[in-house]
Amino acid sequence: MPDQLLYAMEVTLNGLMAGVLYALVALGFVLIFKASGIFNFAQGVMALFAAATLVGIMDGQVPFSHLINAILGTKVHHFGWHIPAIAGILMAIVVMVFLAWAVQYFVMRHLVNQEPIILFMATIGLAYFLEGFSDLMWGSEIKKLDVGLPQGINIWIDETTYGWFGYGFFIDNLDIVATIIAALLVVALVAFSQYTKQGRAMRAVADDHQAALSVGISLNFIWVLVWSLAGFVALVAGIVWGTKSGVQFSLSLIALKALPVLMLGGFTSIPGAIIGGLIIGVGEKLFEFAIGPLVGGATENWFAYVLALIFLVFRPQGLFGEKIIERV
Amino acid sequence: MLDQTDGYTTADGRKIGGVVMEMKNITLRFGGVTAIEDISFDIREGEIRAIIGPNGAGKSSMLNVVSGFYIPQEGEVWFRGSPRPPMRPFEVARQGIARTFQNIALFEGMTVLDNVMTGRLTHMNTGVIAQALWKGKAEAEETANREIAEKVIDFLEIQHIRKTPVARLPYGLKKRVELARALAAEPKLLLLDEPMAGMNVEEKEDMCRFILDVNDEFGTTIALIEHDMGVVMDLSDRVVVMDYGKKIGDGTPDEVRANQQVIDAYLGVSHD
Repeated sequence: MPDQLLYAMEVTLNGLMAGVLYALVALGFVLIFKASGIFNFAQGVMALFAAATLVGIMDGQVPFSHLINAILGTKVHHFGWHIPAIAGILMAIVVMVFLAWAVQYFVMRHLVNQEPIILFMATIGLAYFLEGFSDLMWGSEIKKLDVGLPQGINIWIDETTYGWFGYGFFIDNLDIVATIIAALLVVALVAFSQYTKQGRAMRAVADDHQAALSVGISLNFIWVLVWSLAGFVALVAGIVWGTKSGVQFSLSLIALKALPVLMLGGFTSIPGAIIGGLIIGVGEKLFEFAIGPLVGGATENWFAYVLALIFLVFRPQGLFGEKIIERV
Repeated sequence: MLDQTDGYTTADGRKIGGVVMEMKNITLRFGGVTAIEDISFDIREGEIRAIIGPNGAGKSSMLNVVSGFYIPQEGEVWFRGSPRPPMRPFEVARQGIARTFQNIALFEGMTVLDNVMTGRLTHMNTGVIAQALWKGKAEAEETANREIAEKVIDFLEIQHIRKTPVARLPYGLKKRVELARALAAEPKLLLLDEPMAGMNVEEKEDMCRFILDVNDEFGTTIALIEHDMGVVMDLSDRVVVMDYGKKIGDGTPDEVRANQQVIDAYLGVSHD
């Protein structure tokens, strides 16, 4: 097989893996959008906050230590214990559920029946608040996150492909794990929304508030549930991305990469988020591989957005979104 | 004729039981506008109770008070023998009061079956973990609830559209699906807000038949709002008549028909 083709195959595989990571973030958006009609701009920051919280808990960091030291003149920074990853993750989930409740109680509850644009603006405010809050609580330095996910080149794939083609593919173990996690997450989420009482109630609330009330659904409870789920997905995305590139501010910017994914896949479709992520992942890697050298590279920075623009013109509801039909 | 504790027997020989719901001196205001003024009436077990009146009489407001969407400024709502504290609509629904809406409030994106299944939500108690794992109790519960939903679907003759998304259905069928969802909750009290509004004659007759059948078959207590006098008189056991937020008549259809105030309200005598 010619080297170019093999190399293209490797690029495609890596693109698929990157796509899974984009899809992970996009999933959080779709969840909230489906269940409450809110486009949650804060999803990326929630991933950052979740990852920072997990690191903080595992390292036994004292929350708000800068604030405490400034006010009391003390010098506390660590409790001096280490918490195993599993316990840390469980505690981070509790924090995310509490965050969901706080968002519902202090913000969203007061904005029921408002225009979607108002709710969207509220989530922008939430994003900036949470960003600052995260720094205040856990500090703003770049942190290393290690929950024991395998990292580095997968030797088995490298050797096997070398045996077949005389050329070893470079696939990162972390990407493989991320793919498995994403698949499990999607299956769980779909099962939850289609087959459980709470999932059915969630879809009902998204569809019609008044009707939902009349069959005995508490809107408040469902919204806390939805934000909790989004917080959980943010935690998963935060763990994978944080392991990959460290827990730092740029983590919150992955939300921007999720936007083109959503435009491709449709804002209301969980499978759409996956397929959209994969298309963008593969598309940008292949485009960089084929066209990049001709235009001086760095196409990965804009490819996804141009693709999203094209979709907005020709198929605004995305590949899997609900068809926009106006009854006259 | 009306025994306060034991109920009464209707003209067609059905036994009507004790009081299920009682409205005591209800007054509801929106700012300076009084939508309902000092109205009292009761709804008895097994009967079909109608609230009628011209447009703007406050009928829908009354139904919204019963179902918890509005909280009255004055008066008490008694349900099954005890006064009901101010409640939110979903809590009222959990007490066993189901309703339909004048302008249809269905989950348009869901299928007919899913819509009817949401009516069963208040009867499902399994926790989210068990539900998600789809094991034992949760499965048995889902099956049992599904059976009831299917029974209601059969009863209202909408089997052929079970898997159709509601958004695709014509108006008359949507009304029937909404009735099915309310009925699936096995309500102790079923509230129907203008079930015949906007229907053609044939659809109206169908709906009339379904309401009578539901009452007959399941013994469901029904309170309905309608402004079509003819329909109401054939359907209901007792009628409350409202006009400009006040009660102007209460009794059997024949009594109400003979009531001079009611005749005036419907024929349009000037209010001074």
